[in-house]
Amino acid sequence: MRKKVIFPQVGLPYLLLLPQLAITFVFFFLPAGQAIWFSFLRQDAFGIRTEFVGLENFVELFQDPLYLDSVWITLVFSFWVTALAMSVALGLAVLADRHIRGATAYKTLLIWPYAIAPAVAAVLWIFIFHPQIGLLGKFLNGIGVRWDYKLNGTQALITVIVASAWKQVSYNFLFFLAGLQSIPRSVLEAAAIDGASPARRFWTVVFPLLSPTTFFLLVINLTYAFFDTFGVIDALTKGGPAKATSTLIYRAYIDGRVNLDLGSSSAQSVVLMLAVIALTAVQFRFIERKVHY
Amino acid sequence: MMHGPVATIRAEAIARAEAAAERADTARRRADWLTHAVLILGVALFALPIWIVLMGSTHDVATVSRGEVPLLPGPYAVENYAAAWTEGSARTTRVPVSAMMLNSFVMAMLIAVGKIAISILSAYAVVFFSFPGRLLAFWAIFITLMLPVEVRIFPTFQVVSDLGLVNTYTGLILPLIASATATLLFRQFFLTIPDELVEAAKMDGAGPLRFFKDVVLPLSTTNIAALFVILFVYGWNQYLWPLLITTSADVETIVIGIVKMIGAEADTEWNRVMATTVLALLPPVAVVILMQRWFVKGLVETEK
Amino acid sequence: MATLTVHGVPKSFGKVAVLHGIDLSVADGEMIVIVGASGCGKSTLLRIVAGLETATEGRIVISGADVTRLEPAERDIAMVFQNYALYPHMSVFENMSYGLRIRGVPKPEIARRVQQAAEMLGLGALLQRRPRELSGGQRQRVAMGRAIVREPKLFLFDEPLSNLDAKLRVAMRAEIKRLQRRLGVTSLFVTHDQVEAMTLGDRLVVMNQGRAAQVATPMEIFARPADTYVAGFIGSPAMNFLPATLTEGGLGARIADGPVIRFADGPRPGMAGRALTLGIRPEHFALGGPLPLTPDLIEPLGSETVVHGRLPSGQEVTLRLAGMPASLGTLEIGIRAEHLHVFDGETGLRMDAQPAAALTPAWQGG
Ligand SMILES: Nc1ncnc2c1ncn2[C@@H]1O[C@H](COP(=O)(O)OP(=O)(O)OP(=O)(O)O)[C@@H](O)[C@H]1O
Ligand SMILES: [Mg+2]
Repeated sequence: MRKKVIFPQVGLPYLLLLPQLAITFVFFFLPAGQAIWFSFLRQDAFGIRTEFVGLENFVELFQDPLYLDSVWITLVFSFWVTALAMSVALGLAVLADRHIRGATAYKTLLIWPYAIAPAVAAVLWIFIFHPQIGLLGKFLNGIGVRWDYKLNGTQALITVIVASAWKQVSYNFLFFLAGLQSIPRSVLEAAAIDGASPARRFWTVVFPLLSPTTFFLLVINLTYAFFDTFGVIDALTKGGPAKATSTLIYRAYIDGRVNLDLGSSSAQSVVLMLAVIALTAVQFRFIERKVHY
Repeated sequence: MMHGPVATIRAEAIARAEAAAERADTARRRADWLTHAVLILGVALFALPIWIVLMGSTHDVATVSRGEVPLLPGPYAVENYAAAWTEGSARTTRVPVSAMMLNSFVMAMLIAVGKIAISILSAYAVVFFSFPGRLLAFWAIFITLMLPVEVRIFPTFQVVSDLGLVNTYTGLILPLIASATATLLFRQFFLTIPDELVEAAKMDGAGPLRFFKDVVLPLSTTNIAALFVILFVYGWNQYLWPLLITTSADVETIVIGIVKMIGAEADTEWNRVMATTVLALLPPVAVVILMQRWFVKGLVETEK
Repeated sequence: MATLTVHGVPKSFGKVAVLHGIDLSVADGEMIVIVGASGCGKSTLLRIVAGLETATEGRIVISGADVTRLEPAERDIAMVFQNYALYPHMSVFENMSYGLRIRGVPKPEIARRVQQAAEMLGLGALLQRRPRELSGGQRQRVAMGRAIVREPKLFLFDEPLSNLDAKLRVAMRAEIKRLQRRLGVTSLFVTHDQVEAMTLGDRLVVMNQGRAAQVATPMEIFARPADTYVAGFIGSPAMNFLPATLTEGGLGARIADGPVIRFADGPRPGMAGRALTLGIRPEHFALGGPLPLTPDLIEPLGSETVVHGRLPSGQEVTLRLAGMPASLGTLEIGIRAEHLHVFDGETGLRMDAQPAAALTPAWQGG
């Protein structure tokens, strides 16, 4: 935790910690505490009287079919974003890890989408999926498929999933590549000498050794799909059509920003916090148990 | 004559081995070609959306609106970029891209530098001193890992607006600046600095601040560079928080600006949107590619 | 130029007592070597003198001034670390001058001192290099240089040679000794290598589990070890210890299942039958004597031979003989009584011969 050798000064460490602790307190603990407190309150229609309602906000939330729809959409959306982004990345990483010429060039060409903002990624994909001006959208309409992600809920979901996954692939790629490169050559050579075919080698040796990376990325990708994709959805579909792409974070935004429903949006914030805490806790548990070997 | 049959058998064995080796070579070469093909496909898939936007940004608005999806450069590049830079989208937001880029740049820089500065200081305090409340402070910082800004967005907005910081750089940046990740990375690194180095510095007469400036800071440059890339990109790409906290064009960032530019589709000047998109992704992409070496190292280490 | 006095310094880490009150007095210009097994508290003692650890009690006095409460930098001492602890991002020159710069020594003076030290250590051509670009021996020299330029009252060395290969270690050992003589700086040197200790130290402190078992010159420690620990620690191969009992009115000892050895130097006090430990170094056996030894391992080293074997009691014994013994069967060996060390069988403390007058009449009668 700490070094054996330390400086004896007493006041200085507090001074050094002050900026971070002050910001953490004002912008993390205060809001989190307020969210928890407000989630037990309800304001009347005019915002004049506030009363304590216990868990009522939560009960109402989970009785609201629209909210439950959001939960379901979030799960479907996150599953596909994670599955797509991780499998494509793993495939590319395995190929780039082969000792072929130009491996570094491929690496450079594959990592830069990391730098693109989710919202900007969404704008890029407009020009692919847009029914009139998008490459693919126009083509589909040309061959008789009625494609319009602004009208068709399923198509909207596909569009935001693809745009979100596209942006996340490079991040996963980097980690898978790092994971692959840290597998000792001797292990692979031993497997090759044992006569295992390349495919078998991958599934029985490489993949299990990658499991810590995979697991870590799973959690990161889920977190990304839950929260960071807000920009993608806002830029492409605004949660529509008919709330078909309204994930939990998007809905929390609409309720808080547009509907100004303090109690409900606080309750939603608390639910989201619990989700992150659960994800992080699972991550620590598994990392501690060392999923590999 | 005694050696005859043996020699023949040996020659046959050699021939067989050579044939096998050749087959293996061919197989390997074929696999290599396949690998290249798939990787090139992957790279193309990644590049395609960008390519389309890059090319589209050099055509006039009619071409794009007709849905021609140009895949080759057109003659309007200078015009489009100049218009976007100085004027933005004439028919929708009318905020010049240059102004939004400046806002984004200031935000990204302040977030990156601010996070690095406060994190390195707090990590230094936690590692190199012993004081009552040290563990508590560490956990208070550590636990913020569990609360990404999106989760606590409305309550935070409430606090920021109570403080009267809406539409200010301070309100835009401060809530994004406390970073457990950076603190943890620095802490991890500081723990690898040998105890004897600290002792040697003590014997040389260096106090904690002097040691920080003369030894810790120079030794941390690689980590700082790596974090800078990651945090610059993080800051530049912020969307939800700026969307909430900025309502005035004075502090509007480019990422928000693009989405607003699209507005009602009928009015959208797609060519300018495309030019703006290219401009918007240029700085973070440039930072990542130019500082690739540190960035990759830093990224993989931060998340450990 | 300075003297150092350590007054009853104990040290505990939490509940674990590491040092049990060390007393030490070092004369001006003296080189004291602290030697002992791993974990006995050598580094801790050195670090307390340096001010890197705070003593639980006691006082550290340098040249008459009590420095117990002072910071390391205020004690005017310099230290050379086992892993050198060079600043990796600074050049050799910067490494050596860092302490002087902090103290605000004028630039020309810094340059002069660094230049002088660098010449003394043969580092003249390397001043602009980074530690990473130096060999182990060169790094070691830089660490020495960093200490020398400070012109401190006291040098502290914590196993500075243990990261070097065997040959370089011998060379650096000689060099450190010469430098220390030449500069005449009072020094404390920690090592767990007895050869380093014997060759470097004007006096040695042999430490055993947080206590100074003996403080004396190397020859004194070799000739008159204060207890069985010191006796076994210094000397290679290690001293043999034979259990025995006092007999003949204090004038001799009976080896378990063996003959009586008469002391050459006089009687030891105690009742007949008092438990003793006889110490005899491997080179102090003689061929031809009352003890039959069955060898089980013979190591010829050229000019001498080391023989491991057993006495009839089962006691293991190691001998060092000049040349090669004629027969390799059972050896008849004897003990050269003038080299015998007598220790108390229970406490392990040395028992010196007493003048006959000091003995009780009863003994004389017995
Ligand atoms: N900071 C500490 N906290 C707790 N125990 C410590 C600390 N420093 C040293 N010790 C303990 O004190 C004892 C003496 O340590 P010290 O480093 O002085 O040994 P040493 O004689 O230098 O050994 P070595 O030859 O291995 O360097 C050891 O048992 C060690 O585990
Ligand atoms: Mg030690």
